[in-house]
Amino acid sequence: MAQPRILVIGGGLAGLSATMRLAELGVQVDLVSLVPVKRSHSVCAQGGINSVNAVTRQQGDNEWKHFDDTVYGGDFLQHQPPVKEMAEWAPRIIDLMDRLGVPFNRTPEGFRDQRRFGGTLYKRTAFAGATTGQQLLYALDEQVRRWEVEGRVKKWEFWDFLEPVVDADGRCVGAVCQDMVTMKFRAFPADAVVLASGGCGLLYGRSTMSTICTGSAVSRAYQAGVKYGNAEFIQVHPTAVPGADKLRLMSESARGEGGRVWVPRTPQDPRKPKDIPANERYYFLEERYPQYGNLVPRDIATREIFDICTTDGLSVEQDRLCVYLDLTHIPRETLDRKLGGILEIYEKFQGVDPRDEPMKIFPAVHYSMGGLWVDYEKSETGGLVEGSPRNQQTNIPGLYAIGECDYQYHGANRLGANSLLSCIFSGLFCASGVLAGSRRDGNDTSRLFSTAVKRQEDRHQAILSRTGGESNPYDIHNRLGDIMTRAATVVRRNDQLTQAYEEVGQLEQLWQQCSLSDTGNWTNQNVVFCKAVGDMFPIAKLILKGALQRDECRGAHFKPDFAMPGIAATDPAEQRAEAERWCDRFEANTRKWLKSTIGTHGDDGEPVISYEDIDTTLIPPRPRLYGLVGGEVIEQVWKERQAAADAGPVAVGATS
Amino acid sequence: MIQAVGKADATSHGPVPSATEAREVRVRVLRQDAPGEESYWERFTVPYEANMNVISVLQRIAARSQSQDGRRVAPVAWDCACLEEVCGSCAMVINGRVRMACSSLVDNLLKESPGEIELRPMTKFPVVRDLSVDRGRVFRSLQRVKAWVPVDDSYDHGSGPRISPEEQEDAYPLTTCISCGCCMEACPQFNKIELVKRDDETDEAFEARKREAYDKQFLGPHAISQAVLFNGHPTGSMNADERMQALTSQGGIQMCGNAQNCVAVCPKRIPLTRSIARAGRAATVWAIKKFFDR
Repeated sequence: MAQPRILVIGGGLAGLSATMRLAELGVQVDLVSLVPVKRSHSVCAQGGINSVNAVTRQQGDNEWKHFDDTVYGGDFLQHQPPVKEMAEWAPRIIDLMDRLGVPFNRTPEGFRDQRRFGGTLYKRTAFAGATTGQQLLYALDEQVRRWEVEGRVKKWEFWDFLEPVVDADGRCVGAVCQDMVTMKFRAFPADAVVLASGGCGLLYGRSTMSTICTGSAVSRAYQAGVKYGNAEFIQVHPTAVPGADKLRLMSESARGEGGRVWVPRTPQDPRKPKDIPANERYYFLEERYPQYGNLVPRDIATREIFDICTTDGLSVEQDRLCVYLDLTHIPRETLDRKLGGILEIYEKFQGVDPRDEPMKIFPAVHYSMGGLWVDYEKSETGGLVEGSPRNQQTNIPGLYAIGECDYQYHGANRLGANSLLSCIFSGLFCASGVLAGSRRDGNDTSRLFSTAVKRQEDRHQAILSRTGGESNPYDIHNRLGDIMTRAATVVRRNDQLTQAYEEVGQLEQLWQQCSLSDTGNWTNQNVVFCKAVGDMFPIAKLILKGALQRDECRGAHFKPDFAMPGIAATDPAEQRAEAERWCDRFEANTRKWLKSTIGTHGDDGEPVISYEDIDTTLIPPRPRLYGLVGGEVIEQVWKERQAAADAGPVAVGATS
Repeated sequence: MIQAVGKADATSHGPVPSATEAREVRVRVLRQDAPGEESYWERFTVPYEANMNVISVLQRIAARSQSQDGRRVAPVAWDCACLEEVCGSCAMVINGRVRMACSSLVDNLLKESPGEIELRPMTKFPVVRDLSVDRGRVFRSLQRVKAWVPVDDSYDHGSGPRISPEEQEDAYPLTTCISCGCCMEACPQFNKIELVKRDDETDEAFEARKREAYDKQFLGPHAISQAVLFNGHPTGSMNADERMQALTSQGGIQMCGNAQNCVAVCPKRIPLTRSIARAGRAATVWAIKKFFDR
């Protein structure tokens, strides 16, 4: 029998780890990427990668707690078995990356050093300076290059994935891609296809993402019938540096190493930051969240920074929104050793040394928790069955999704330093199942492919031959970014979401008519971008519609009209009564909304939304109470209810 | 909301101000439509914005697609991805010096050369189109020196070797190489190789012919530095001999003329000349050892 041939789309951490493991299993891999894989967006990840480690283990930590922090941080919106499996694999993944030569920072004795990240009280995060993503990506890139030399991997760099090819039985048998240099189309027959194409931040215009993160590959899979989960859950990172072309990430590790967020208590205090005495500085995260301080989960830090600037009017500057992120109290030598990479970025792009002067930062769109719907097979112990073809498989058999482009691991909010983990884990873990599920039945698929290639050629030509359009794809992209940023980031309101949905529809009409300034057939970046912009609309609509319909607050999805404020009462009895009502409401809300949003591409091009129950059998959902006023009373009431429920359903049944 | 970050941003998405309202940035770009075609200069003007970099200039050019004299022209082609100097895509020759477009701020460039910014493609790599060049050779060099740790497999075998903080801090700068090719562009010993695909040649045959041509010529500073990095790693050193073989073969370290241009242009400030010196010493020791082992 011929060797299986598997097509991987995307060469970031997920795509490369899958490619490495597949090659090792004897598979012939075609690896398609928009850029040389070493330039994939994973290079931008800065802070680190989480796992339980020898030190935290002796402080009471274990895999279950990492699992628990991840689902609690994600507000319980993820199926639990894959998360449990990931947390259990995490220590082995760090060990593997260590063996591959990742230069993790070291303790004086030569062990891997760890730092603390948001949403946990343990120092679980291994790191390589402040360029951890780059280092992890390079280690995998090197291994894949080794397989390339062996002839097991064939790279197709500067190629654009256009559509999955599906046979009459509904099975994915390959894909059509386009060479972005020669503009030629090519069929890629494959025994399975693995999408590892990353996030879709570009549909917000500017974000912390690379210019290649258009979400086009994911959108094309969705338009071909793959379900999409939890689109409305978009992480807005609390700390980024605003720029005209990009909002550059300022890693959470800056706070993990002791960075403090503050604003002057006097609005727009004209003094230099270091001339403002401590008692005139408002360290609002530390004051409002004494336990987690500057390391509250990202959705909370983002809302607080946003609120302090908008509602409280305490932005550092008059004409732009920003707060201070202050590292100046930390010795320069420590900063250079642990955060050098990100401080240099700030220095280079802002012309200010953040070791001397606090940085000015503001939230920016950063990560998509949602993504293509994927399946899993649950094991008897509540984890996953390794080698099952169902793991990471979309609803189209033979088509898989891994990394940021799947919806599986982060629920309603991702914890810092968990994305590098989920990318490498899903890539490594899926490989044996992909191989087991690959099918080489020798059916003649040549007609399917020639039809698909023809369809793509026709679409391409139709776009090239548009004439007379007033607008161009760059303008349309900017306008889409403005609409999405206004309506679907930190604070969401139904009237704004409804309006944004209409505007996006109108913009899509305009896109249909936009014409290109380059109609040639050689390295035409204009037409590639135009197609990518066109494919942003279906995902933008999914995000807006999912957000509109979800009338609650969960993780990154915040609707003030449906918020559940803390306890207002001061009298203990009243507090107690209020907490009971709070818990009643929480239970009702959980029954109604603890469900994944599932979007499918309707025949009319509009999204069709349904809801999917979530497997929460391992850790029962509980209120997410970080810093909530009266949280301790609510927690007490909640614990009593849980204890009563655990005492047995018979008693409850007998009284009702 | 999040984009409401001040005046610079208000103009970036709003109407284009007239020349009298705002300053302008003038740019001349050395363009080339495809490999083998003649290159030509084209001038553009874009509205000035605070904190602008060369990427935002090129983005504005793409959005307007109009030359300075008002002709409708194709957008300038160029490569970019991360825009924060970590992906290595956007290297080009800016005001006569090779560097990354993303971290080249317009204010600084105008101080260097008032009036106009000049953008050219790198000269040591074949032009694909305009400012986009084929840097396949950068990655081929990494294959030549086997720039990887030769692990048995990706299964669990416990952690990697213990490494002292000093060793980590010594290796770390070398691991930050973004494969941009700036060091190769600046190196007087590194010459351009541009092959043309023959009509009767398959893609695979053309790729093989390119590899063959590259392998006879200089590796470049970045690959020497990577060889030093992996030879210094406890597991990587297990195939140090193979890397030494590559470093001392045709196109190896003996090509280096010690011009030290590489270290001067490296955007990540990697100590390339230190790596080259180390590799040179190791090559001498290795050659003597090989002589006596015969």
